[in-house]
Amino acid sequence: MSKKSYRQAINEALRQEMERDERVIIMGEDIAGGTGAAGDQDAWGGPMGVTKGLRPQFGGDRVLDTHLAEISFVGAAAGAALTGLRPVVELMFVDFMGVCFDQIFNQAAKFRYMFGGKAVTPLVIRTMYGAGFRAASQHSQCLYPVFTHIPGLKVALPSNAYEAKGLLTQAIRDDDPVIFFEHKAMYDEEMEVPDEPYAIPFGEANVTREGDDVTIVAFGRMVNFANQAADSLAKHGITCTVVDPRTTSPLDTETILETVEETGRLVVVDEAHPRCGMAGDIAGLVAERAFDSLKAPIKLVTAPHAPVPFSPVLEDIYIPGVARIEEAVRAVVEHDRKVAAE
Amino acid sequence: MTDEGRRPQRIPNWWDEEDSTDKPASRSEEDIMADIQPITMPKWGLAMEEGMLARWTVDVGAAIELGQEIMDIETTKIANVFESPVAGVLRRRVVDDGDTVPVGALLGVVAGPDVTDEAVDDFVNAFLENFTPEESGEAGGPVPETVEAGGRRIRRLKAGSESGEPIVFIHGFGADLSTWMLNQAPLAEERPVHAIDLPGHGGSGKEVGDGSVEVLARAVLAYMDAEGLDTAHLVGHSLGAAIAATIALEAPDRVSGLTLVAPAGLGPEISGDFIAGFIKESRARKLRPYLEMLVADPDLVTADMVEDVLKFKRLDGALAALQAIAAANFDENTQRVSLRDRLGGIGVPVHVVWGEADRVLPASHAEGLPDNVTVTVIPGAGHIVHMEKAGEVNKVITGAS
Repeated sequence: MSKKSYRQAINEALRQEMERDERVIIMGEDIAGGTGAAGDQDAWGGPMGVTKGLRPQFGGDRVLDTHLAEISFVGAAAGAALTGLRPVVELMFVDFMGVCFDQIFNQAAKFRYMFGGKAVTPLVIRTMYGAGFRAASQHSQCLYPVFTHIPGLKVALPSNAYEAKGLLTQAIRDDDPVIFFEHKAMYDEEMEVPDEPYAIPFGEANVTREGDDVTIVAFGRMVNFANQAADSLAKHGITCTVVDPRTTSPLDTETILETVEETGRLVVVDEAHPRCGMAGDIAGLVAERAFDSLKAPIKLVTAPHAPVPFSPVLEDIYIPGVARIEEAVRAVVEHDRKVAAE
Repeated sequence: MTDEGRRPQRIPNWWDEEDSTDKPASRSEEDIMADIQPITMPKWGLAMEEGMLARWTVDVGAAIELGQEIMDIETTKIANVFESPVAGVLRRRVVDDGDTVPVGALLGVVAGPDVTDEAVDDFVNAFLENFTPEESGEAGGPVPETVEAGGRRIRRLKAGSESGEPIVFIHGFGADLSTWMLNQAPLAEERPVHAIDLPGHGGSGKEVGDGSVEVLARAVLAYMDAEGLDTAHLVGHSLGAAIAATIALEAPDRVSGLTLVAPAGLGPEISGDFIAGFIKESRARKLRPYLEMLVADPDLVTADMVEDVLKFKRLDGALAALQAIAAANFDENTQRVSLRDRLGGIGVPVHVVWGEADRVLPASHAEGLPDNVTVTVIPGAGHIVHMEKAGEVNKVITGAS
């Protein structure tokens, strides 16, 4: 066990799974040296250096630099998965996923179903998401709700380095296509990560804080903000249960419903836009199946329904922060106390 | 304050080594300063680097006695009550409930009632200015490492002096070397202490063969061979105690003493629920009730303790190892291993320690043991009595070695 960054944890999962199973290959833009670049074949290791060191260890047959055409290399990976390999594709920014929606939505996601369960598609698409990087509106979105919507896809959102290694290992071993979301503001965040390989099962939420007053469900990077808010509120006598679903598909509805039944209050924190997003989805789930447990209206803390701004000042306001989460928690706690007083 | 087990054991105090030149020059001020005493985050285990002050249980202005319970502290393993190492009036709480700070950090200040607030503030400011936390792995003491022994990878934490009869700590089913965090450090003062991860556990290799006590005993002996330990005092917990006793029976010349903490193999009963639940549950909320079976006071089980077990179980091969060991040694509510009739044949003193409220292996198994066995049953403790009542268990081990 030693301290590893989110970046190192992902690199280690890739390395260990490639060592364990020779069917695992990785492909993507600039993941080795960059196609056509002169000199060192391991110069870059992807735009964030996540895959650095893999090309020298596993060679060019298993670490493939691709051309700048997602539509073809994602399609090639889906076909390779269908015919026996276990490809891990790096698709730089999730914002670019639109150019290969057909390969993902209509091909990879549907193979198992449309071939009557006789085919598996062990494909992983790793991709960066999220705001806070001063990268403007075409490189900062949180498009996981789009993929969560499609049956046949699994969607993972690791909230720290430990989660990243375990969830990526599970993603690679999984026989269904997995879209693996890495928050670009988290690559340098470090924590203790076991050296040995391990897998975290999909569809099992992680309860990162336990409290009596409010359940906070948060996704990806927002889990850390929710934890900070919970720790701060605990000093003022408000205790929160924080649920990190880990995967939005499959979704651990059981843990969410159980914890809301205990606390009676729900705040959902999501960096994505509010329309047709996870926040509304969780609110709908709880409203439908745990309505009688609720002591206060559900509060959603999300980004606004607007593109991610390029202005650093506006971008900072855009991202849901600890203060907004605390404010929402206080509001739901005060709501029923106010009602009781009236 | 009869609750010895909760008393922190010989915690190194920062002021023992403080340079006297840091202290104020004038004699009268020195006297005043001598009345001001810090309460600092204790170091409860060799690997402990920080702790969370869960809650103060005394208010500012309260007179506190030496050994009075003044706060609850949570470590990465277990929560425990902290008893005051000093007496006087609590003048400042420097750290709030819920905050995590490094070992040695100032938590509060105790001083006589005649010490001025200004002097207390000066003391706090001087402390905070001069305090630097220990670097982990450097000045912070020994860290676990992996060694090769008998063809296996074994993780161990080795500490203590060079001379003296070594102790080898052997944990129980599903645990790892960190279970000895409250025992290893105090016992390290006078002898080498080795805590190992059994095969299938912690950071050791996950290959366990048929999972039998004999296979695990051979792995421990191979470790002793690799480390050049001709003999050792073996301290085992639960299944680890059955392993220790098996070594004492099969290789008597290698064992100089035997301390068996809540040992397996001394009676037929075991909680099959605990074993099955421990293996099966993969979510913290579902696993917690089973871990609470290990202690008399369920509040001692921290979220980190639950998370650590889950993290271990997720390692490749860990679950298969646990299943193999469980299948070899337990049949629902019955133990397959029986050492009770053979204990009398062990040539070295045998000490058995049990928590009276053990819900995994009943303390009644400590009754009617042969004459060469000394039995200590500790009230108010469960199966992990060496964590719940570390002080009392350490006394037994010290007396035995």
